[in-house]
Amino acid sequence: MTMVIQAINLGKKYKRYPNQWSRFAEWLLGERYHNHEEKWVLRGVTFKLESGEALGIVGQNGAGKSTLLKIIAGTTAPNEGKVVTSGKISALLELGIGLHPDFTGRENATMICRMAGMPPDEINSLLPEIEGFSELKDYFDQPMRVYSTGMEMRLAFSSSTAERPDLLIIDEAFAVGDAYFSHKCINRIRDFKKKGTSLLFVSHAPGAIKTICDRALLIDGGMIIKDGDPDVVLDYYNAMIAKQNKDYEIRQVENKLGRTVTRSGNKKAYIDDLDLFDMKGRSARAFQVGDKVLIRCQVKFREAMENPTVGILIRDRLGCDIFGTNTFYLGKDEENFQDGEQIDVCFTLDLNLGYGSYSLCVAVHSGADHLRENYDWWDQCLSFQVIPNNSFYFLGVAALPLKVEIRKVESNKEMCEFGDS
Amino acid sequence: MQGVNQFIQNFPRLKALWQYRSFVAGMVWREFREQYLGALFGGMWSIFNPMAMILIYTIIFSKIMRARIPGIEDNLGFGLFLCAGLLPWNFFSELMSRYPTLFLQYKNLIKKISFPKITLPFIILLSSAIHFMIIFSIFQIFLLITGRHHGWVMIGFIPLLMLQQSIALGLGIFLGTLNVFFRDVAQFVSIIVQFWFWFTPIIYPIMILPEKVRILLTYNPMTNIVIGYQQMILYGKWPVWTGFWWHILFAIFVLFLGFKVFRKLSNELVDEL
Repeated sequence: MTMVIQAINLGKKYKRYPNQWSRFAEWLLGERYHNHEEKWVLRGVTFKLESGEALGIVGQNGAGKSTLLKIIAGTTAPNEGKVVTSGKISALLELGIGLHPDFTGRENATMICRMAGMPPDEINSLLPEIEGFSELKDYFDQPMRVYSTGMEMRLAFSSSTAERPDLLIIDEAFAVGDAYFSHKCINRIRDFKKKGTSLLFVSHAPGAIKTICDRALLIDGGMIIKDGDPDVVLDYYNAMIAKQNKDYEIRQVENKLGRTVTRSGNKKAYIDDLDLFDMKGRSARAFQVGDKVLIRCQVKFREAMENPTVGILIRDRLGCDIFGTNTFYLGKDEENFQDGEQIDVCFTLDLNLGYGSYSLCVAVHSGADHLRENYDWWDQCLSFQVIPNNSFYFLGVAALPLKVEIRKVESNKEMCEFGDS
Repeated sequence: MQGVNQFIQNFPRLKALWQYRSFVAGMVWREFREQYLGALFGGMWSIFNPMAMILIYTIIFSKIMRARIPGIEDNLGFGLFLCAGLLPWNFFSELMSRYPTLFLQYKNLIKKISFPKITLPFIILLSSAIHFMIIFSIFQIFLLITGRHHGWVMIGFIPLLMLQQSIALGLGIFLGTLNVFFRDVAQFVSIIVQFWFWFTPIIYPIMILPEKVRILLTYNPMTNIVIGYQQMILYGKWPVWTGFWWHILFAIFVLFLGFKVFRKLSNELVDEL
């Protein structure tokens, strides 16, 4: 495995002068005069990225994500530390940069390749491939001002990835475009990954990071505060963006299976126990497709409260949300509780899920979601398996009941008709 | 090609410039096309404009206003004299007015795309060179038609233009870098260039000045260069090459200064944009 990025103790600061005259004085007088504030936007960032590895970066606005990407892409230099990159880098930092609205898609695509320092004959051989992948058809030879945002993105992505880079850097601003093209992009990225391309990816969409990335970094206040599995890092991030109370804490605890999971909240109410039962009332962790299960959640209150919400969320093995709801949405939140009271909240549902392992997350909070006041949020509290039943085999995460019928058709006129006897 | 590749290995910035030559060419072409986009006559305007300019200088000044230069009986003399100094000066002053705001103009590219920033001054140099070449060719054709062309002596324009544009390039990179930090620079330069124009014998012959002022003007590097152009156009005389030694030193100095300051501040420059 070769290293594609080695970032050692990266730091970036910006100087803030009270006014232009103090900068002028500093330039004239040199070391003797000092009149500016230094603001570190990134400090002590150290990480490595191997070839073929996909790294997601999460963090709140202003955390330093974009600055980090710019340093790695080479548009800005760090003030301390260093970054060593190897191979060809392709960076999609912002949509529309370097594109001229009055020139055609073809001319702009050529320009994007030229900006990457490609020689003309190589660009010419790549153009048909760019035209094909972007699927812009006649728009490819139209001026860019008639393009929609999605089409602009298609052109920019196709041009920037026409030649497989060793490192692909994508900023969140780039995540526009329809579902079809997003899939196409993701497939190309996956294909690149197999061939050894590393990926650096900033996104606010946890789903995107969980599906593409092998690892994630959480950046806050210019520092890396978590580096690990995407689902662990994202759960932590999710807990972090909840409203910050003074008695609020985030802990990463081990769950019943010994895995590190995130638990957060102010503990005004807390989850005492969570269990899964089959229809015979036995605690179970493996179910057949379509089995009825009962999720029992025991909640204790440490102070009196009105209308708390209890929610459940099922996630697949990648950490993508499969199904989640809560008592607020179910219209069962109109109750008041006293300090010290304990309740059992039972959800009964049919597990119409695909084969595989799932995790169950449970939370107690106020209102529709955990952002207002989070009492207790327990990620991946327990996990369970869904195994095939004696019905038909299928793919995916949802078990949809269906029937199939096959009829011979005599001629072209007789087509399958709905509602026909 | 192989030879060029070998040579530039020793100079990282030149190497980057050479590697990005197709980017530079593309940007020059884009700049040119951008100006005439959506016009019915398109690039033809790049010919009409200088034609009008040359006709105004020669016909209006010489024939209608009957302006004369002492010692020249030719009735087109003053017009040719004007064009000889003014066309190269415009080439120079275009760079001097564009370079200070160069990095601001390409702000978005610099901040979001990783490419050698040193290509930018060359994009502007080449795109203004295209315009100069068009106007200069028209002027040459005009000289041929009016029977005032002096033949091979026109080759002498090449070294003088290179010298003049080297000075502009060096000063431009220096001022363009400074202007990112202090936006006063561009304002200041636009005033200075106006004074510089009047302190260069472009629209008046240096002979009409009093002795003391004439000596003062010789400290202006553009004076000798412009006189060189006028000599070639009016009398078909080669410039006195030995008079240019300190101009060459000055050009080397400003180029060195420009690249040095740019190299020192280029990282900080990105953060100021």
